[in-house]
Amino acid sequence: MLGFTRAQAIGFVAMVAVIIIGPAVLYPVFLMKVLCFALFACAFNLLIGYVGLLSFGHAAYFGMGCYVTAWTAKNLGLSAELAILLGGLTGAGLGAVFGWLAIRRSGIYFAMITLALAQMVYFVCIQAPFTGGEDGIQQVPRPPLFGAISLQSDMAMYWLVAGVFLLGFLLIHRIVHSPFGQVLKAIRENEPRATSLGYRTDDYKWVAFVLSCFLSGIAGGTKALVFGIATLTDVHWTMHGEVVLMALVGGLGTVFGPVAGALILNGMENYLAQFGSWVTVTQGVIFVLCVVAFRRGVIGELAAALRLKL
Amino acid sequence: MLETVGLTKEFRGFAAVTDVDLRVRAGTIHALIGPNGAGKTTCFNLLTKFLQPTRGRIRFKGRDITGCNPAEVARLGLVRSFQISAVFANLSALENVRLALQRARGGSFDFWRSEDVLHVYDGQARALLEDVGLGGFADTPAVNLSYGRKRALEIATTLALDPQMMLLDEPTAGMTHEDVDRVVALIRRVRQGRTILMVEHNLSVVEGLCDTITVLTRGRVLAEGDYATVSANPEVVAAYLGRADA
Repeated sequence: MLGFTRAQAIGFVAMVAVIIIGPAVLYPVFLMKVLCFALFACAFNLLIGYVGLLSFGHAAYFGMGCYVTAWTAKNLGLSAELAILLGGLTGAGLGAVFGWLAIRRSGIYFAMITLALAQMVYFVCIQAPFTGGEDGIQQVPRPPLFGAISLQSDMAMYWLVAGVFLLGFLLIHRIVHSPFGQVLKAIRENEPRATSLGYRTDDYKWVAFVLSCFLSGIAGGTKALVFGIATLTDVHWTMHGEVVLMALVGGLGTVFGPVAGALILNGMENYLAQFGSWVTVTQGVIFVLCVVAFRRGVIGELAAALRLKL
Repeated sequence: MLETVGLTKEFRGFAAVTDVDLRVRAGTIHALIGPNGAGKTTCFNLLTKFLQPTRGRIRFKGRDITGCNPAEVARLGLVRSFQISAVFANLSALENVRLALQRARGGSFDFWRSEDVLHVYDGQARALLEDVGLGGFADTPAVNLSYGRKRALEIATTLALDPQMMLLDEPTAGMTHEDVDRVVALIRRVRQGRTILMVEHNLSVVEGLCDTITVLTRGRVLAEGDYATVSANPEVVAAYLGRADA
């Protein structure tokens, strides 16, 4: 089905089932947050897991997606799908420029350039009038979908978020399993060899980068509408740190890893919130444990144990 | 076919390759031999533009390719293999070869299309794998293949581009006897209509296979000619085959 292996198809059906049943058991707003971050983590994973590019600046695309969606929904009264799409396009546009600059370097230098550019975006956001500086953009209304379907109730919004997430998830799956995705994997495995076969590897990396930024912007925009707010937190590099953690805990280069990671991390944040700063400490410990003992992440280890591709 | 004029590469004052004039005639198998550090691999990197020469020109099919990038060179039909076996480790043997065949589509930027469209190349890929004796390993991840089979897979991948000229960097290095024989037979079979330039240490392979031999020492051309001429050259014997006297 859709190019999934049998195990992946079962995983996918299980995931859809959880998404459908979830709001009956758990707080829908929490689940929406999980889904937004899951999409963000999947977008990040597209680069690190399938192209081998470690970006450190994805907060910029996520955060700018947040701002643009929030701003257009609030000030232009755009309908929900247009506002979110604009958020995604902003991420893609920014990613197109930044990626073009960063792709010329590899490894740690690539990571540093993406981080530096993302920090520039952060400082622009502090100063620029349209972001509201320290206050952010608050009280963003949830505009109706297609200008007709009200999203005021959390459940209506939940189905939109679930739809956006699933579309994004399937898009990533398609990208990975397309002729383009084959070349990406070749680049990940052995870039000089891919070059010697006549592939202009920089161009492929750039397109993958822009796609990842687009989906990050979509995730950001969706989150802005869920919470009705866009703030500096969304563009700060710590936001990127969280998403790295999610992808890592879940399992880099696995299809479901980032989703599981998003669920685990957000779950901890939400349900351990009463312990205050201990959440951060616990996250740190988990991060260290993952790096030391469970390199493949939760899903990665599970897949290895079951000898399946998940 | 391929010609260099005064090809020179210096790394911070150290001249790895100095004034190399190389002429590879179309349809021949040309060997580049020489002791370790003679600049053979550097030469390869220069010819395929993985390194930019400090001085000198490179012409391929009469066209100056000195300013091209590696991907362009590959598209012109000058395709190289690598000294360390360069396979896409976590992809299957079939996918490895198909990635080369996929070049026939032009750019593969269609991320919205299913990879099922690539199945049209499966038959061709299987035939190529069969050709190099990997028929039974189409679905094996390249990383699990033995060393000799990885080299065979690499040659299959290179052949899949149907290049007019192949640059093989030590195609038989580290192989067992049977593997060497298989690769030599393979090269004999695929030389039809192709020009091959190879770096090779195994002199019996060179003797049996190559029409012209260029001996490189310390970045310079020491001698050139067929096997008999070169092996009779006292300088070559001194520099490279010295041990043969003992």
